[in-house]
Amino acid sequence: MNRRAMRAILGIALLAGIGSAANAQQVLINGGGATFPNPIYSKWFDEYHKKFASIQINYQSQGSSFGIQQIIAGTVDFGASDAPMSDAQMTEFKTKRGSGILHFPTVMGGNVPIYNVPGVPQQLNFTGDALAGIFLGKITKWSDPELTKSNPGVKLPDASIVVVHRSDGSGTSYVWTDYLSKVSKEWETKVGRGNSVNWPVGLGGKGSEGVTGQVKQQPNSIGYVEVIYAQQNKLTYGKVKNLAGNFVDGSLQGVTAAAAGSNKEIPDDFRVSITNAPGKDSYPISTFTWLLIPEKITDPAKKKAIKDFVVWALKDGQNLCEPLSFARLPKAVVDKEVKAIAKIQ
Amino acid sequence: MAASSSTAIDAPPGGWAHSFVKRLRAGDEIAYLLTFICAASVVAITALLVWELYINSYEARVKFGWSFLWTTTWDPVNGQFGALPFVYGTLVTSGLAMLIGIPLGVGAAIFLAELAPPRISSALTFLIELLAAVPSVIFGLLGIFILVPALRTAEPALRAVLGWTPLFQGAFYGVSLFSAGVVLAVMIIPFIISISREVILAVPGDQREGALALGATRWETTWDVVVPFARKGIAGSIFLALARSLGETMAVTMVVGNETKIHASLFAPGYSIAAVLANEFVEATGPLHLSALTELGLVLFALTIVINGAARILVASTSGKGMS
Amino acid sequence: MNNWNKLRRKSINAIMLTLTGLCTLFAAGTLVYILGYLFVHGAGSLNWSFFTQLPRPVGESGGGMANAIIGSAKLLLLAACIGVPIGFMGGVYLAEFGGTTFSFVVRYVTDLLNGVPSIVMGIFAYTLIVLPRRPGFSTFAGGVALGVMMIPIAIRSSEEFLRGVPLSLREGAMALGASKSKAIWTVVVPAAKAGLVTGIMLNLARVAGETAPLLFTSFGNQFWSPGWKQPTAALPEMIFKYAVAPYDDWHQQAWSAGFVLLTLVLAVNVIARMILAKRGPAAR
Repeated sequence: MNRRAMRAILGIALLAGIGSAANAQQVLINGGGATFPNPIYSKWFDEYHKKFASIQINYQSQGSSFGIQQIIAGTVDFGASDAPMSDAQMTEFKTKRGSGILHFPTVMGGNVPIYNVPGVPQQLNFTGDALAGIFLGKITKWSDPELTKSNPGVKLPDASIVVVHRSDGSGTSYVWTDYLSKVSKEWETKVGRGNSVNWPVGLGGKGSEGVTGQVKQQPNSIGYVEVIYAQQNKLTYGKVKNLAGNFVDGSLQGVTAAAAGSNKEIPDDFRVSITNAPGKDSYPISTFTWLLIPEKITDPAKKKAIKDFVVWALKDGQNLCEPLSFARLPKAVVDKEVKAIAKIQ
Repeated sequence: MAASSSTAIDAPPGGWAHSFVKRLRAGDEIAYLLTFICAASVVAITALLVWELYINSYEARVKFGWSFLWTTTWDPVNGQFGALPFVYGTLVTSGLAMLIGIPLGVGAAIFLAELAPPRISSALTFLIELLAAVPSVIFGLLGIFILVPALRTAEPALRAVLGWTPLFQGAFYGVSLFSAGVVLAVMIIPFIISISREVILAVPGDQREGALALGATRWETTWDVVVPFARKGIAGSIFLALARSLGETMAVTMVVGNETKIHASLFAPGYSIAAVLANEFVEATGPLHLSALTELGLVLFALTIVINGAARILVASTSGKGMS
Repeated sequence: MNNWNKLRRKSINAIMLTLTGLCTLFAAGTLVYILGYLFVHGAGSLNWSFFTQLPRPVGESGGGMANAIIGSAKLLLLAACIGVPIGFMGGVYLAEFGGTTFSFVVRYVTDLLNGVPSIVMGIFAYTLIVLPRRPGFSTFAGGVALGVMMIPIAIRSSEEFLRGVPLSLREGAMALGASKSKAIWTVVVPAAKAGLVTGIMLNLARVAGETAPLLFTSFGNQFWSPGWKQPTAALPEMIFKYAVAPYDDWHQQAWSAGFVLLTLVLAVNVIARMILAKRGPAAR
């Protein structure tokens, strides 16, 4: 009995291992990172797999910091982040992995303030000072004058504001704190910008998913996520006052206008912040999001698959963004990127 | 034969070498070697684990020294790390779990071991021991969708009764140290019950009979005679449950609020060592952050070792006989 | 006076009986409540697609957890291949060759390892297998983490059941001329069979629900995971991911997965206990 049992176990193990081993043609790519673009990325990788059944791109949204750290460690084939890597991180990559790292913008999105205030179904207006005050913990009630003055005619309750931020290292946090640093000197000195900061107040949610979940379940709360999370979960999100003084929301027009209005030349390495962009229709908390791809990929099959995917993402993939409320990349950026793909050796 | 020295070992017939080969062929030596290696591997793995924890926390240990344990800042941007918020949260949530779990657990153990009719006792014990097998992520699932909303509705009542203490003041968001404590309590109760019950059952019958013969009621026998007899074992079960709750990750991180600050109120969100490790480990920005997290792991490891050790000693000292 | 005292003591007796009975009811009732709740919310939406389909992209409804179920099965298989042999052999050592200081050290260290929180095990596997990319995020890494968690319990429970075999059996075998090792494998181990098997079952059930170590090792995968060197989805990891997300559809699937996981774990526990109870003292 023992012998037979052993043989059976070995047989199952072998079958499980070998029988399900990748057949020679299959290309398996693993990536991880930003939760901000996860809705569009998961759609892209699903569509791409439908198109090319032998290519499987497994993406796990664990936050931008995860993407950056794991691509530096080399445990994933590509990373994804809404915060560009810092110079120090890029040097670290070079030291550890022996080649450079490239940033490829994929889509643009709006980082919006989502909130759940019972009795207030309408879209609220937030000034930069209001948002900074709330996240600093200085504005504690929804009925605060800073909020009521931007929202005449709206009955804001006298309830305490529950702040929700990210508990994990997040590019969305980077974009949010980057914006707050630009509009509030106090925020810049007290807290600063980063993927993980020392939040003065608030609960932590893991990933954009976690923040949305918290806000959805917690009355009188406010958080920040990419606009699609708000829309998919029927949460109200607010308009934010831009540099020109208009209240704009994080929809496609606002984000596209921000990219256009951001007169900065898109640098060759594509690392640029477009928060608080000039322009009357610009949404002030817009951002690019990037794929982080090493300059040198040793596996030829993976290299080809990744390069082909980026080409697809920049062309056909862009057609899938807008239904998910992500803005297409500006043409100038796409052209520049297509040329940059050649850098992947 | 009989005249040979009593201290020398007689060579087996055929000599030592022959005996060795015979045992080898019989598989004795191999059996011994194989099993020895497996047993030794546990020691090797544990040593490696401790080594990894120690080595990888080097940077943080060197930079912060012992003050790591009582610093409250956790600031990845500026490279300032302190363990206190997490140690506080771990101790508070586990403490609350003990506060709720001990009376319920010991009470139930007493009922099952002493007061209940045997058939009911075995059936209920069976059910309760199954509770110990429920995976932690399922407790987290129930915590998010049942407990937290329930606590939100119960909060005004709680506040009315206990709101005068600083422990129950401030805003309540559902996810909090309190919620984590309650979830942990439910998770550890089966352990307390199961072990305490065994220990109480092991108290010799003559102790009970003596008390009853003197005219004590069932309860008096139990409380004044049996339980004191078993108290070390019960304490051991409590320590074991404590050790388990200190290391509990998933259920806690799903309901504790994940905030790296210390608040006096139980209604406030908090953090625990295990929860912050789960959230931040794979994305730690930079070697200092990573080594600070590893140092937290080392602290947790040390805590659980000490408490587990105390537990084992207590339970062992009451297994069978129970004299204090 | 005497009557009053008696009444007081009798009523305390009754009150405490009730109170402790309520504590018990609470504890036992919690399990019933959990099972019932999961059944109501999870079983209802369990359909064929849950077991056969892959997850859909974020925000789209439908799909299932077929890859997570297979992933968990593979992880447990690997964990068993690591934990069971080492644990069993270690248990044999302690039971048959024990009594030395080394055995004492092994027992102490085993208890130590058993007390290590599972998240620390995950970190351990991450540092040893994932970071050096040997082979990185993979079923292998997850299986090793779970397997190492199985070892201490396997050792202790094997030792206990082997020790439970009466000395007379061992002595009888050796009196008939069997070498020590032959006595162990042909007589002692089969005698402890029921206990050993149930020990393995309970151990596997415990490890099947572990999520924390998987966060750092098996990583997750929305597709099928071939072989052992690729990341894989797993049931507990999917439950966690779906539970903390905002999508109602995902919540529904989390309930279903939770129900499936709990049913499997409890079924194994119940069967194991029934086997042990049936065999009675002879098995121990």
